Amino acid sequence: MQQEIEIVDLRRLTEVIKNKYNYDFSNYAMSSFKRRVQRIIELYKFASVDALIRKLSEEPPFFREFLSEVTVNVTEMFRDPSFWREIRDHILPNILLNHSSVSIWHAGCSSGEEVFSMAILLKEMGILDKAKIVATDIDVDVLQKARSGTYPLKNMDINQKNYVRFQGNQSLDRYYREENGKAILDKSLVEGISFREHNLVSSAVFSKFDLILCRNVMIYFNQNLQNTVLKMFHESLFKYGYLIVGSKESLIWCEIANKFIVVNNEEKIYKKIKD
Amino acid sequence: MGRFNVSNQYKAIVIGGSAGSFQGISRILSALPTDFELPIILCLHRLKHVRNGFVEALNIKSAVLLEEPEDKENIKKGKIYLAPSNYHLCVELGNTFALSTEEMVNNSRPSIDITLETAAYTYRNRLIGILLSGANKDGAWGMKKIKDRGGLTIVQEPSECMIDTMPAAALSLTPVDYVLTIGDIIEFLKELDRKYKQ
Repeated sequence: MQQEIEIVDLRRLTEVIKNKYNYDFSNYAMSSFKRRVQRIIELYKFASVDALIRKLSEEPPFFREFLSEVTVNVTEMFRDPSFWREIRDHILPNILLNHSSVSIWHAGCSSGEEVFSMAILLKEMGILDKAKIVATDIDVDVLQKARSGTYPLKNMDINQKNYVRFQGNQSLDRYYREENGKAILDKSLVEGISFREHNLVSSAVFSKFDLILCRNVMIYFNQNLQNTVLKMFHESLFKYGYLIVGSKESLIWCEIANKFIVVNNEEKIYKKIKD
Repeated sequence: MGRFNVSNQYKAIVIGGSAGSFQGISRILSALPTDFELPIILCLHRLKHVRNGFVEALNIKSAVLLEEPEDKENIKKGKIYLAPSNYHLCVELGNTFALSTEEMVNNSRPSIDITLETAAYTYRNRLIGILLSGANKDGAWGMKKIKDRGGLTIVQEPSECMIDTMPAAALSLTPVDYVLTIGDIIEFLKELDRKYKQ
C-alpha cells in the first residue's frame, strides 16, 4: 500500500473493532499502533485500511489473527539480566521475610519468556513450590504458545547469553530439549502456573498479588490508558507489594505515583505504600 | 544573513548514525552552544544488550547533557535525547516520546528509520534530519519521509564518512538539501541556533 494511513483511518478502524468485538484500541499509542496496522495491511496485502475494515466486519475469525499481529510479541528470556538478579537477590527474599508464599502476576505475558525466566529463577532459589503465578495476555493464541514453552532454537542464543549475565546457577540448556529446530522447555517449570486471557484495557481486577510484572507492555498505550491500567495494578497489589515496569518506563508522571515509592529506579521496581 | 540562510521554522532536529559516526557525533556535541535552542533526538546504532555506557561516553565531550528518554516523556527545548538500547524511539503526536520493543527494522533496534519517520509525521516541515556515517541503509527511508513532509535534510559528505553506505543510500532514495562535512554541519547548527536568539 502506497498511501499513508491517516489518523481518521485509525479512528474508523478502532470504532469498528470496538462495536463488533468489544476490544478498545482507541487509547493505544498512535505511533506504534499505526505501524502495526500498516504491517498487517502489508502482510495480508490489503489494498487500503478500508479493505482491512471490511474484512474485520465480515469475517469474525480474522479478528483473532488481527489481534495476534497488532499486539507486539517480541520478548526474550532474562531480558535485562541485572533486573532478574535484583528480583532474586533482593525483592523475593524481602517478600518471603514476611510471607510463606509469593503471588506473582505476569501482565501481558506474550509468548511466556519472562514467565519461564521467573520459574527458572524460583526453581534455582528452591521456592518454585511457594509461588502462585498467574500469566495473562489479551491474545489466546500467544497464550497457547506460552503454555507450550516452545521457542525457535535460534532465539535460545540470546536467551542463553542473558541467562549467563543473570548468573544463574546452571546452564540454560538444562531446562529445555531440542526437537526439530525448536527448544521445548521443561513443562514441570510451569505446571502450577495459570495462563489466562485478560485484557488490561478492560481493567478488571481479578485477584491480589505480592508482585506484578508488566514490562514493556504499557509503552503501547497512551498516557490516559496508562493511568487507568496503573490504577488497576494498584488495586491488584497487596500493600507493600511490588510493581515492576520496563527499564525505560516510569510511574513518575502517573496520577497515582504518590501511592508508590521507588525501590530501584534503574530496574523500575516500585512498592505500593498506600491503599 | 548566514551561509545557509536557514529559517527558524524548525521545532526539532533528528540525527541518525551507525558505524563510523561516533567521532563525528562527538565533535558535533562538543561544538554546540551550551544553551542550544532546539531539542536534538539522536538515534545511533548501538550494542543491543548493553544498557549502560554509551550515553556516558557521549556525555564526556557533549556541551549539553544527553539523556535517554523514558516512555511518554515530554520533548523539551534545549535537551538532547539518545535512543536507548534495544528499544525503538518514536515521536508521538503531542510532542512526547514513545518507546517500542517491536521487531528489528533493518536489523536494528533502535531503528533510525522509525525515529525519523515518526518525527517527520509529528513535526512535518518543522523538522531537520541529519544522517551520518553508517554501514547499512537504515535511515535512508526515514530521510525520504522527512523530505516528503517538507522537512530539511542533511547528509554527511560521503567521502568524509568512515563507511558511506548509509548516506549513499539516502542520497539515492531522496533529494537532500545539503551534503556537508561534520565541520559544516556544526556551522549549520550554530547558524540555526543564532536565528532563534536574534
